[in-house]
Parts: sequence; C-alpha cells; structure tokens
Amino acid sequence: MKGVMTYPKGGVHPPDRKGLSSDKPIKNALIPQTLVVPLSQHLGKPAELVVEVGDEVREGMLLGKSSGFISAPVHSPVPGKVTEIKDVYLPNGIKTKAIVIEMEGEFDRSGKEQHKREWKQLNGKDLLDIITENGIVGLGGATFPTNVKLSVPKGKKAELFVVNGVECEPYLTIDHRLMLEKSDELIEGIEIIQKILAPERTAIAIEDNKPDAIQLMEEKIASKGLAIEVIPLKLKYPQGDEKLVLKSITGLEVPSGGLPIDIGAVVSNAGTVYSIYEAVVFNKPLIERFVTVSGGAIKEPLNLKVRIGTPIGDLIEECGGFSEVPEKIVVGGPMTGFTVYDLDTPVIKGTSGVLALTSKEVNSASRTNCISCGRCIESCPMGLNPTTLFKKVDHLSYDEALELGLMDCRECGSCGYVCPAHIPLVQGIKLGKRMARKKG
Amino acid sequence: MEEKDIRRVEPAPQIHHRDSTARIMWTVVLCLLPAGFWGVYVFGYRVLMVLAVSILSAVIAEYGMSKVLGKDTTVQDGSAFLTGLLIGYNLPPSIPYYIPVIASVFAIVVVKWTFGGLGHNWMNPALAGRVFVFFSWTGQMTAWTMPRTMDAADTVSGASVLGFLKTGLLDYKGAETGPMAFLRNAGYPQSSMDVHVSEWLRGIFGEGISGGYWDMFMGNIPGCIGEVSAFLLLVGAAYLFYKKIITWEIPAAYIAVFSILIWIFGGLRYNAGFFQGNIPFHLLSGGLVLGVFYMATDMVTSPLNRRGMLIFGAGAGFLTFLIRIYGSFPEGVSLAIILMNIFVPMINRYTLVKRFGVVTEKGKAA
Repeated sequence: MKGVMTYPKGGVHPPDRKGLSSDKPIKNALIPQTLVVPLSQHLGKPAELVVEVGDEVREGMLLGKSSGFISAPVHSPVPGKVTEIKDVYLPNGIKTKAIVIEMEGEFDRSGKEQHKREWKQLNGKDLLDIITENGIVGLGGATFPTNVKLSVPKGKKAELFVVNGVECEPYLTIDHRLMLEKSDELIEGIEIIQKILAPERTAIAIEDNKPDAIQLMEEKIASKGLAIEVIPLKLKYPQGDEKLVLKSITGLEVPSGGLPIDIGAVVSNAGTVYSIYEAVVFNKPLIERFVTVSGGAIKEPLNLKVRIGTPIGDLIEECGGFSEVPEKIVVGGPMTGFTVYDLDTPVIKGTSGVLALTSKEVNSASRTNCISCGRCIESCPMGLNPTTLFKKVDHLSYDEALELGLMDCRECGSCGYVCPAHIPLVQGIKLGKRMARKKG
Repeated sequence: MEEKDIRRVEPAPQIHHRDSTARIMWTVVLCLLPAGFWGVYVFGYRVLMVLAVSILSAVIAEYGMSKVLGKDTTVQDGSAFLTGLLIGYNLPPSIPYYIPVIASVFAIVVVKWTFGGLGHNWMNPALAGRVFVFFSWTGQMTAWTMPRTMDAADTVSGASVLGFLKTGLLDYKGAETGPMAFLRNAGYPQSSMDVHVSEWLRGIFGEGISGGYWDMFMGNIPGCIGEVSAFLLLVGAAYLFYKKIITWEIPAAYIAVFSILIWIFGGLRYNAGFFQGNIPFHLLSGGLVLGVFYMATDMVTSPLNRRGMLIFGAGAGFLTFLIRIYGSFPEGVSLAIILMNIFVPMINRYTLVKRFGVVTEKGKAA
C-alpha cells in the first residue's frame, strides 16, 4: 500500500529505524517503588498541588488540579504515600515541583474488572468535562490540553477531524503498535470525538511505512460500517505535524499564525484518542502512557506501557540495559526530543520515547561557519529561511526575523538535521521566538 | 557519575545527516583528484610540485590566520586545502613556484579571512587568487606546455586553443566556418589517437566532423593543470551529483545559456551567419567544465535557493559568452563567476521561497 499524498515543499528522510521495535507488542513495564510525578506535564500553567507530604494517595487520585484555562490536572499513577515534594528538571530544561510517591497498598484499577460507562447517552459538554477531569493532553509531544483543543470556538466549525497516526519521528513505534493492538478501542475513541465535534468528515492519516496498520484499520472500519477514511501518506518527515498532515490530506494551508480550526479542522494524535477512550469509557485518568524504548545502544528495544513518574533508567534496564556506551540519551523522538544526562528523569505525559543513541546514529561533527549550502531552506516545510532567521536572532534583529516568519517555525528539526555546519538552527529560532514574545 | 561525563547534551535534532562541512569539502577534493592525476601524467612531475606548493601555501595561510585572529584552527574542514587545490588546477604547468604561493595567500588571507573566514567570503577565493595572479603575471600565466600525449611533444610551449583562436582571429580574413576548422587549417597539433577517433566519428556522423574533439574531451590539449581533461572532471562531477553536493540548477542554467548564445552568435566571427556557433568546441575548451561544476557551484558564493541558482547560472553563462567572444581575454569563466558572485546577496533577497500559510498578492494560499 503506497501512499501518494504528501505535502509539497521541504521535509527530510532521516533513517527511520522503526524496525528495531515495530514488531514488539506493547508490554506492561514494571512499576517502580518510587515514582516522581511533576506538576507541569503539559503546555500551559502547571497544576496546583492538592496533596501534602505524608498523605496517603490511591491509584488515579488527584495530585494537582488544573489551574487555568490552558492547564491540566495530574493524578497519582499508583497507590502509596507522598514522601516528598521537590523541584525537578524536566527533559526540556524546565524546573517544576514534583510529588514523590512511595508505592504501597492496593491498586484500585489495575488487574480489576472495570465498569464500562454508557457514554453514548452523554452530550458533548459532559464528554468534554470527563476529558478535562482526567487530565488528557496531546500525547504526540506538544502536550496541549485536549479539552481545549476539542472545544471549538464560537463561530468556527470542525468540518474535518483527523486522527494522526503518521508517527513521523524516527524510532518511535507506539502509535503503530497502538493501531495494531488496540484498533477497536481506538475506533471507539474516534466515535467519542465524533460525538463531541460532529465533523462532516473523519480521517485516519497513516504513513505508508506502516502498511499493516493501514490494512487493519481499513478492515476494522469496513466491518463496523463506519464513515471513517483511512488515508495512506507518502513517507516524509515531519508529516506528523498537524499543519502538514492537513496540507497532505486536504491541500489546504493553515494560515500563518493560525490554528487548524481556522480551516475547519481538528487533529488528534492516535495515542491521545486512545486515552480519551480510556477516560470516557473507564473514567481512567492519564496515569499511564506508551513509550518506545529504542536506539542502537539499547540491548532489546521494546514498546512499553509505563506509569507516569517512572524513571527512564528503569525502562532502559527492562530492555536489557545498554549494549554499548550511548553517545546520547534522548527523551522523545530523535528530531524534536531532548538529551538528558540523568537516568532518574521521570516519564511524563509527553514522553513518547526513550532512546539511547550511538555515535554512529548521531553523526556528530564540529560546528563550522554557515557555508550557505541552502539545505536548510530546501528542508523547511514552512518555506522559511532557517539560516537567515538564525543570523537575525543572533544579531538581535527580532523585528526582521518576525517579518521573515520566525513565528511560523514548527521546530521540527529538519534544518538542524541537514545542516552540514551543525549550527543549532532550531535552538536559535526557539530562542528567538521566546525573546520576540517577551518583547511583545 | 562517571556515566554523566560521557554523554553528550545537545539541542534537538539529536541525529544529523552524515554530511558535515568537512565531509563535503573533502568529497569535492576527492572528485577533483582524477583530473589532477591526468595533469601530472600529461605535463610531468613538475605539476605535482606546483599543486603541492599551492595547497601548502593555502593551508599554512589558513592556519596562520586562525592563529593570528585567535580562532580555532579550521584547517581540518578541508576548505583551505580545496582552495589551494583549485588554484593549482588553474595554473599553467610551467608556472614559477612563487606564483601559486602568492595566489594562495591572497585567496586565503585577503579574499577569505578579511571577511571572517569560511562561509563569510563573498567571492570564490580560488578564482580570486587566480584572477589576481593572472593580471599580475599575465606572461607566465599564459605560457602553455604541450601535453606529452600529443605527437608534437617536441614543441615545448604552445598556445591554448582559445588563446590561439583569439590571436588568430584578430585579423581574420580566412574562409573557415568555425573554430575547429580554423585550428586544423592553421596546423594546430593533433594526437594520433584523435586522428583515429575523428575518422571513426566521421564514419558515423558524416564528413562534417572536424578532428580535435577527442583531444579536447580527454585532455590532450595545452591548458591549466586541472582543467584540460573534461572527461575526468565530468566523472568527478557525476559523483558530486550522486552525493547531492552539487545540484543541477547552476550547471544546467550556465551551460544552457552559454550554449544557446554561442550557437546563435558564435559563427559571426567566421562570417558564417547566425545559428552557426560551435557549441561542443566552446564547452570543451578552456576552464569551462572545471568552472561550471566545481567553482560556480561553490556553496558559499552561490545563491541559497534553487531559483536563485538558476539566475546565477544563467548570468554566469551569459557573461562567459560575452567575455569569450567579444572580450579581450580568451577565457572568461573565472571573471564571469566572480562577477556573478557580486550579485548573490541581491539574488538571495529577491528569490524568497513561498511561505506556508501566507497569502501572496497573486492569489490565495489555497
């Protein structure tokens, strides 16, 4: 099954290395004795702490409540006792408060028969409330609170709903496995969102490096007789970006500075749809997520179902540890993820992968001056000029950078990937965006 | 704790394409080597010394400049080596050794480092070095050696085909209709191999084929050390295309514009009328192949995006034609490329890519 559709401009083809883990069924990871649950696991304001040191908590109990419109609550992944509240650094360098839980006592949900909610009688507003309460955020990496995304602003209409099963980041295979192993649940999740958004058209976008997932989804949808399209897309990074997946499917461009809803579309990652299913059907908060542990330096790459707050070191150990000294430990995908040096870094809602990469995979080289090869321009799916943007930011000329489309950057990393001079283009542009926002 | 020290912490993306600046530069060097070996073979071992001197001067100048300016040494990135090699390739085999030294030092110190080193120079350093010594020591720069593969090898010095033509055409009254016929009638030397190949070609294409193309294609002509063998330069260029280090835009636009203009106007000098120019002759003579594939495509001094590259290539093709046919110099490639280098910032400014999600004046962004 070859996908024919893709977006026209830019994009790169890094070695996808998905074969390391794509045939490994999702396995429950061991639950560690001590878990560290940060209060800021989403885009927006951190959750507000509602427990104290010494409190007994139960599985799925609220630890931090949502503190604003763009915020999300945090729940306890295990039963146990709060032993400490401390500051931790997240992989992206942000410092936040975290709750340390020592596991003890009985699990209320795991291993027990769960009551299924009859959600079809509920209306969209009730469904959205359930999603809000259970702390569901976008699991594709951006961790934007899902309830906000699914609340269509007045005067706009979601004509198209897209389930993003593109998973364009190399190495990561959780969405792939999810589509293969949890296809029925996924489809029920889609029906829940259809009820909320009432879109005219619903589509699942999958890149053609996952032919088995495309086929299975097509079969399942056909056997259920649902009006959901499966759209195979031609492999190209970063097609999983919501603006690009929409361009690939519809040919429409989300306006610069706009959101998908501006062209009447909502995009949700497959993993998010699955957690919406769990939240709505079983009233289960987001306390677990799927994580691909992979990379050339991992002995046995696996797809794991992991409790939030589990140290990444435990996951690596579960995969047999390192097969050689890794050059880098990465949290997230290799194109947008962060390097960490601390194996105690906890898995949070946005952790899609833990990678241990060898120097051969990383291809490090010393930085040189820009040699004007133009490869960054060629690679940019947004039609930007990364090297010029980088120079403008470097010279503090934010106004000029803004004029050249600084804010349009999706931070996909394509420019940094191809740059032979190894200039940290994305980092520079990210910094420029932050500074430009500060200046107002 | 020990583990922490070995791990690299970097911003995203965490993986990179295998091409680095150094890898690109050294690949270009590698692709240039076959043509250099040919130069050594046909012009003798002295050529090896010329190349060594120009490369060493460039590398030492690069090292010295980075030291003087207190920067990390940049010799290992290969760009200075490449500049030295290209300068050597652009010199006649009999050049006195002090000229490559001056050309290389001028290229690295003045053209490259006064603007800030690698990536900051607006003019191709190797070409600037060549042009600098060309105007300063024109005599030495136009004294040519006959290749040893030529049967007339007893002639120690000869004229390059283009030089021969330029002088010959000054007071031209003859009846030949093109440069090839002119060379043959004037008794320009021809290798025995070429005689055979031309015979064979005439068997296929008819009597109109003049002798001499084989010599020009393979490099049996006097000329600069690295420019004579069009064939081996093209072999290297094919690898550069394959590795995507050069793209098709600049060479294609250059060759297309140059060929069309030569075809239209090239015959006028022979009173042959319009549309009678000899395209293969002009493509194979002089430094055109070397210039088009290895110097016009220099990343630093060519435009950033593809539309710009087309404009750049077309402009260089036009200027080469102008200088070669109507100028006082036989060549034209180096000057044309340098002149186009000047326009690169302007070309970059006016060839912006269409941005995603931005409505242009022409029409709605879908």
